[in-house]
Amino acid sequence: MGSPHMSDSAISANARDSFAKRAEHVRERANWMRRRLLKMIVDAGQGHPGGDLSSADIVASLYFDILRIDPKDPAAPGRDRFVLSKGHCTGVLYTALAASGFFAEAELDTYLKPESRLNGHPNRAYLPGVETNTGPLGHGLPVGVGIAVAGQIDNAAYRVFVLTGDGELQEGSMWEAAMFAGHRELGNLTVIVDRNRLQQGARTEETNSLEPLGDKWRAFGWQVVEVDGHDHAALLAAFDAAAEPRTKPRVIIANTFKGQGVSFMRDQAGWHHGVPNAEQYAQAIAELDAEMGK
Amino acid sequence: MSAAVPVIAGMFDCRDAYVRAVEELAEGDDRIVAVVNDSVGSSKLGKFRERFPTRLINVGIAEQNMVSVGAGLANGGKIPFVSGASCFLTARALEQIKADCAYSEQNVKLCGISSGVAYGELGATHHSIEDIAWLRAIDKLTVIVPADPWETAEAIKAAAALDGPVYVRISRMPVPAIERPEGARFAIGKAETLRDGDDVAIIVNGTLVHRALDAATALAGEGIAARVINMATISPLDVEAIAAAAATGAIVTAEEGLATGGLGGAVAEYCAENSPVRMKMLGFPGFLPTGSAKWLMERYGLTADGIASAARTLVAGKRS
Repeated sequence: MGSPHMSDSAISANARDSFAKRAEHVRERANWMRRRLLKMIVDAGQGHPGGDLSSADIVASLYFDILRIDPKDPAAPGRDRFVLSKGHCTGVLYTALAASGFFAEAELDTYLKPESRLNGHPNRAYLPGVETNTGPLGHGLPVGVGIAVAGQIDNAAYRVFVLTGDGELQEGSMWEAAMFAGHRELGNLTVIVDRNRLQQGARTEETNSLEPLGDKWRAFGWQVVEVDGHDHAALLAAFDAAAEPRTKPRVIIANTFKGQGVSFMRDQAGWHHGVPNAEQYAQAIAELDAEMGK
Repeated sequence: MSAAVPVIAGMFDCRDAYVRAVEELAEGDDRIVAVVNDSVGSSKLGKFRERFPTRLINVGIAEQNMVSVGAGLANGGKIPFVSGASCFLTARALEQIKADCAYSEQNVKLCGISSGVAYGELGATHHSIEDIAWLRAIDKLTVIVPADPWETAEAIKAAAALDGPVYVRISRMPVPAIERPEGARFAIGKAETLRDGDDVAIIVNGTLVHRALDAATALAGEGIAARVINMATISPLDVEAIAAAAATGAIVTAEEGLATGGLGGAVAEYCAENSPVRMKMLGFPGFLPTGSAKWLMERYGLTADGIASAARTLVAGKRS
């Protein structure tokens, strides 16, 4: 069993080059997702931009590099599973699913409109590619653990990825699931904590502190990896199957900023909900264009 | 299944029929797994664990996780039978039942063990008399309350065959085997008329079915022809059977649970809107005093006498 912390030296120079190349594509997709989801939120007049933007790089890394999924066969038994435990961040999920071919990109324009398949929280009966209906916090990880147990029983090759918010870890059901995943040694399970340190109302550490967060997971039998959640190459390295302990579930604590990519939203609790006005939207798009050298 | 149901004398614990049915299903289908909350003993799944050790998943004392893990197992292609004391399964994990099983339309079978007031003296924390009220409020969730060993086994098999979330309420209160006509079949959503009669209709399920049959026998001796309807499925409700029952002009409902919100509530909702009719709803009023299961059933009139008395009153009102 390797060190619980992964260091740069654990990755060969070749692997680093390869991750860097792959990361360029992910970076472009994450930037597109950010622009597209902001437009969705502006058009709908509501949404959760803060958490969408903090998790965009994580979700882009998974959908555009890591996950083995096929939009033509969305229920294939051997597919990798992605569970959005922080179910309010539909902006990242819907843009990723559309760009992956699960539905037409034009449908993103229906976000939150009457009868739209793009509900405020994901619904698997409406949309292919959604694994379970999340929304109330504390559900996605326990369901992900169940999927991983099924894979373990069947000795299946698929991997299960669960994205949680950090504030969501205040829900007791998350620790029921974490305890059981450790007990079952679910090596096919990876949790990513979107550690933006802000919950709806205030900082997590002021509300009900999570630290020492890595120690908590380690105590439950997990391998813990900390990464910069906006560094695509680091995320890809962390998600790499070769880095999996296989005998333990793995948590990637991705240090992020709420509202990442838009200067006035960055690290601001007020943008958990919130809709940019026309001027703010123009500025946000200009900043995101500039990031891609446009 | 189509042969006459043999009636064996004696009283039975429906948990035995439940585990036999699950084991039988598991023999023929690798997808069948059992999920428990340290409830192997109370769910009587010890033999299942011996026979299918990798297919018994014990999450420990964690009902929320138990139900969500069940939903995840269904996502992974399994048919999980999630079993635990119904008071904890349905109350502690209600949001998991709603969001992860019903709203997510996952193929999870929830088995509420030792339902109603089976735990008697242990008190209101351990009674599960609200389960039908809150579960029948959840869309897309099939809710079944079997009456005896045969119906328990049939309900379990039907639940396994249905692709969707199902709750089966499994009593540990001893019940006799119900006598059924030749060719009796169990079908989800279909009420069973166990005895015909046009003076009053008694709509029951679970542990009240044999009590209602005894009541009908007593009423017949007084010249009152009581129809006995076993409404084993609460969701979806057999409204045709209720409409026909309303045509008698008098309905008694009785259940081992809250009447308001339970079977009685379901029947009353339909009748109020479609076929207003004299009704008496027998059930528990709320948190109950200390007492054995048997004492509680008697205290609140959930007996053959209590049902017969309610029927008499309604019929007298109808005739006056």
